[in-house]
Order: sequence, then C-alpha cells, then structure tokens
Amino acid sequence: MTKNEFDYKDYIRARFFPHIWCPGCGHGIVLSTLLRAVHELGLDKNEIVMTSGIGCSSRISGYVDFHSLHTIHGRALAFATGVKLSKPKLKAIVPMGDGDALAIGGNHFIHAARRNIDITAIVMNNKIYGMTGGQFSPLSGQGKKATTAPYTTIDNDFDVVELAKAAGATFVARSTVYHANEAKDVLKKGIDHKGFSVVEILTQCPTYYGRKNKEGNAAQMMEVFKTNTVKIGSKKLEKNPGLIQRGIFVQDTEKLEYCEAYDKTIETAMKGKA
Amino acid sequence: MKQQNNIRFVQGNEACVEGAVYAGLDFFAGYPITPSTEIAEHLAQRLPEKGKKFIQMEDEIASMAAIIGASLTGNKVMTATSGPGFSLKQEALGYACMAEIPCVIANVQRGGPSTGNPTHVSQGDVNQARWGTHGDHSIIALTASNHQDVFKITVEAFNLAETYRTPVILLLDEVVGHMREKLVIPEPGELPVVGRLRTSVPKDVDYHPYLPREDGRLPMSDFGEQHRYNVTGLFHDMWGFPSNNPKVVNALLTHLVDKIENNVNDIAMYKEYWMEDAEYILISYGSSARSAIHMARNRRARGFKIGVLELQTIWPFPTEIVREKCADAKAVLVVEMNMGQVVTQVRNAVYNPNKVFLANRIDGQLISPTDIKTVLRMIQGRGV
Repeated sequence: MTKNEFDYKDYIRARFFPHIWCPGCGHGIVLSTLLRAVHELGLDKNEIVMTSGIGCSSRISGYVDFHSLHTIHGRALAFATGVKLSKPKLKAIVPMGDGDALAIGGNHFIHAARRNIDITAIVMNNKIYGMTGGQFSPLSGQGKKATTAPYTTIDNDFDVVELAKAAGATFVARSTVYHANEAKDVLKKGIDHKGFSVVEILTQCPTYYGRKNKEGNAAQMMEVFKTNTVKIGSKKLEKNPGLIQRGIFVQDTEKLEYCEAYDKTIETAMKGKA
Repeated sequence: MKQQNNIRFVQGNEACVEGAVYAGLDFFAGYPITPSTEIAEHLAQRLPEKGKKFIQMEDEIASMAAIIGASLTGNKVMTATSGPGFSLKQEALGYACMAEIPCVIANVQRGGPSTGNPTHVSQGDVNQARWGTHGDHSIIALTASNHQDVFKITVEAFNLAETYRTPVILLLDEVVGHMREKLVIPEPGELPVVGRLRTSVPKDVDYHPYLPREDGRLPMSDFGEQHRYNVTGLFHDMWGFPSNNPKVVNALLTHLVDKIENNVNDIAMYKEYWMEDAEYILISYGSSARSAIHMARNRRARGFKIGVLELQTIWPFPTEIVREKCADAKAVLVVEMNMGQVVTQVRNAVYNPNKVFLANRIDGQLISPTDIKTVLRMIQGRGV
C-alpha cells in the first residue's frame, strides 16, 4: 500500500452498497475492523481471497474489493482449502456465522484445524441465525429464546475456542465488536499467522437475538460484551469465573503448515521419480 | 515403429487417471468410495510427481467444494466418487453450474438407491447426473465402454468443462472401472487439449466476469491475478454480484441452459457399429454396450441386420441424432443396467415410441449378450 491513511473506500465495492445488514448489526464493525487489519498489514488486495458461506455474515465477502467467493452453507472452509492448496501464495480469509462455522460446517471446521492449513477463520458469533429469521444456533446456549425455541433452548452450546484448540488450530483467539481495536490487533495476528487461525468475534444481532431475549438495543448488547468479558487470566475471573475470556489462547508456530507439508510431499515424489 | 513405453494393462479407473493427467489435471480432491477409489489412489501417486496437488478431504461435499475453489485459481480440477458420494456432491455441483466453474466429476456407478450394491455394476445414475441438483440448468455427462474410450472421453470431459465453463460428469460404471484391459496412451498433441480461456481485459479496465462474449464464451480471470470479482451461487449480474432483478435472473438461467443445449450436436459423441443397413438397432452405453456389440456381431454372422449405436454423450441427450439414426429401424432396443433411464429419452426422440424396447438388468450383474438376444427374439416375434 502506498497510502498510509486508512480509507475504507479503498477496500470496498461501493457499487454493491448499501449492504443488507440491519441497523445495529455488529457485522459492520467486524467488516471495518477486518479492513483496518488488512490495511495495517499492508497486504495487496490481489493476494487476498475471501471465501464465505451463507447467512448475513457471509455477505461480507461481496462487499470487499478482494477476490471473493460466496459459496454454499457451511462449506466455506472446504472451498477455501481448494483455493489455498492450489495457490498457497494467496491469503485465505473465511468469515463465517454460527451455523456456517459450527453447525453444517462443523466437520470442515475441525478438519481444517487438524490439517493446519493457512486459513484465517473468523467466527462472527451472534448466537443466532439472522438471515433465516432468528432460529437458535449451536452457539446460542441453553435457556435462550429463538423462533425455533419458543419454550427456550435446551441444546448445549459449543465453546469455539475450546473446540478449535482441541481440533488442532495453531492460532486461537477471541474478541468482541465492543473491543474493536483489540479485535483488529487479534485479526492482524491471525491473518499473519502461518497455519489455521480461528478468531471468534462476539457480535450482536439486536433484530433477533436481542429482541427475543430482551437484551435491549445494539448499544446495550455491546455494553454486555464490555461487562461480561475479560482479558485472558484477568484477576476478575477469580471472583467471577463465569466471565468470558478475550485474547489469544493459542499461538503455535512449531506445527508444520499444510501447504508447506505438501511441498515436502512433492519433493519426495519428484525425487522418487528422478 | 517400435512402441514407446505407452502401452499399459490397466483398470478403467486408471485409464481415467491417465486421461486426466493427459488433459493437464492440476488438482484433485476426493474421498474414498467403492468402486471409484482407484482413481484417488492413483492420482495420490501421480500428481505430486508432477508437482501438482492431491488432497483427501473429510467428505464428498468438501471434495467438491475444494475443486471449485482450486478451479477459480486457474487450475484444471477433478473429483471422483460413486452413487452415495455423488448424491452428497449435488449441492456444490449446482453451485458450479450456477457460478460457471469448469470441473470434472467422475462417478463410477454402483447400484442404488442408498448404499446399494457397492461392488457390483449399475447404470442407475443417468438421471441423477441430469437432475440431481435443484432448479433448472443443463449439464454434460459422458460415458465409455472400454479403456481406450475412457481415456479419450476423460480428456474430452476436461475440454468441454473449459469450453462451456461447466461441470462435466464422467458416468463410468463398476465393470468398466475395475476391468483390466489394454490402454495405449496417445502421444502429447495427438488428442486436442483445451486450456482455460482467460480474459484479455487489461488491468485497470472494468472486467465483467459474467458478461458472455458474442460466441457465448466467458473468459475467466484467475483468483490472485489482477481482476478481483465476486463469485456466488445466487443469481448474479455481469459483475458476479447477487441480483434478483427478474431480467437478470431470466437472462442468466436462459444462458445456463442455452450454452449447452444449443450445442448438443457439437458436444454429442457416439460410435456406430453396422448401422448402414440395420433393421434392428441396439442403443447402449458403458459396459452394457460391450454386451450389445458382442451380441450384434454374433447375430450379423448369422445374417441378421442388427446395428449398435453406442452413446458416449448422454447429457445433453443427442435427441436429433437418435431420431435420425433410428428413423428406418423396425425396432430399437435400449440396453442398460437400470429400470429404463435412457430408454425414456430414446422414446422421446424417435418418431414412433412404440417401437422402442428395453433390455435391462438391475441385479448387480453385467447384462449378457444372451439377455439381450432373448429380448430381441421376443420383439422379432420369434419366441425365446
């Protein structure tokens, strides 16, 4: 980048605006945070492929001036695996919603982590299915109201961070849209990390989750991110273990990245032939 | 001339692998399933030797998704599967139709529905190849009955995928896939190989990835190169951006169908045996065509005027070609190993559907020349 000043216009496809997100949706903050991260990393737009699945969050790929692949529900990581392995010089960024990442896409999520392929998976966690009208997601948690849980949910939720760690992701982090600057720094590190990175960003859906569960408007929901989360290892945790931790949980640079490992396979195969 | 090291004794699945390599396959993603697995196994060996990519994905859906992603970076791509896996691939296959992404899907058919008859032969996926996805679109599906042809149509599958920017399905079957026979690998240049058509639009000029040229073709730009655009499975405008404008939707769907249906005669591949004066015509494809040809040869030797039309392009169905070829036939006998999937197309094609009959076998066993002869004798009113 020749320009040092961040100008969002350099990164969006103005032709495709206005976006489809509801007023108060947190996804816009994720978009802006992501673009700032890309800008500060000084990445060339031509080296970024953004792949997404289906849902409100997945529309993000169309709005950005990168190579963009808006695919089918839950399979974004599998499409991105094809992109990345076939052209490893590309930066693969995959924004996903709750269902995309961990319901229909759960299998791809754990296997991408297991492979440690160099993809940055951003889980935009708003605990609800927004685009289809407010059904509960695997991240909603128990006792929540949703259009498919009129008597409240009985399903347990996932902890994205724990799941990613267990599956072998070599970079795992969490932040929120309230902590936009922190989220940006985490994203920068995630994108820069060579290997599978998972960045969970808590975001709000005032239209469905907030309204159904009486959590107030967007500002009030963001306020909850402020009060309910703490930095990893914070002393506040001792008093209140129910608080959600933010920060970088895993940053492992030892484990071999998949495309690099594949290059070694090629080397071996070619030697065998020579 | 002394032959080079280009004669092999191989399985049909290996012939498919060699055809794909000849066509310039860069990237394969797959998931093991009988009876297609040897395609993945051989490519796991062959691709890295050439510095190219093989990946065993976590499932069939992921495999289909991965090859689409890889195709967009400018690679020739393929996956291979059988019935249940083919079912799983359908959503992403529809995506490739909608987003117009060249790719090849080999389906080495087994009996179905469901897990069916994994190690036995069937041709039951003809209709699934055409109608497995939701919505309207056209598709190309090819088949072959011997290993030399498997090689050839595999190369052709890649050529058609690139030419029409569409998924192309190779409908092989278990007998062809697992049988071993001779394969002569053509020299480079002997068979035409169509490369990716890339846009010549310069760097700072607005590139319209989905605006067809006058000849209907859509030049592509590789991900990672200078043109950045959006690819989506939603109805989309000429920039690839989602649109539900009725005019845009109508034009795109029409284009997806027309680009293939308007070129049926260019796409259609078939073989003819003793058709010049044939009174009775056998129409068949894949391994069942071998039995049809064998039976016709025997009957010819006894003076019966029997011909065989072996279809190698099943979709788009070569309706006009079949109609013309069968115009003077006393009867047409379709030989296939399903409940009658191609026979329906033949009945639609010919002037008189009442003269079209079916000789089939659906028990996992290869249909034999005797099976076909029995049906033919009944049609001829000669008793069994």
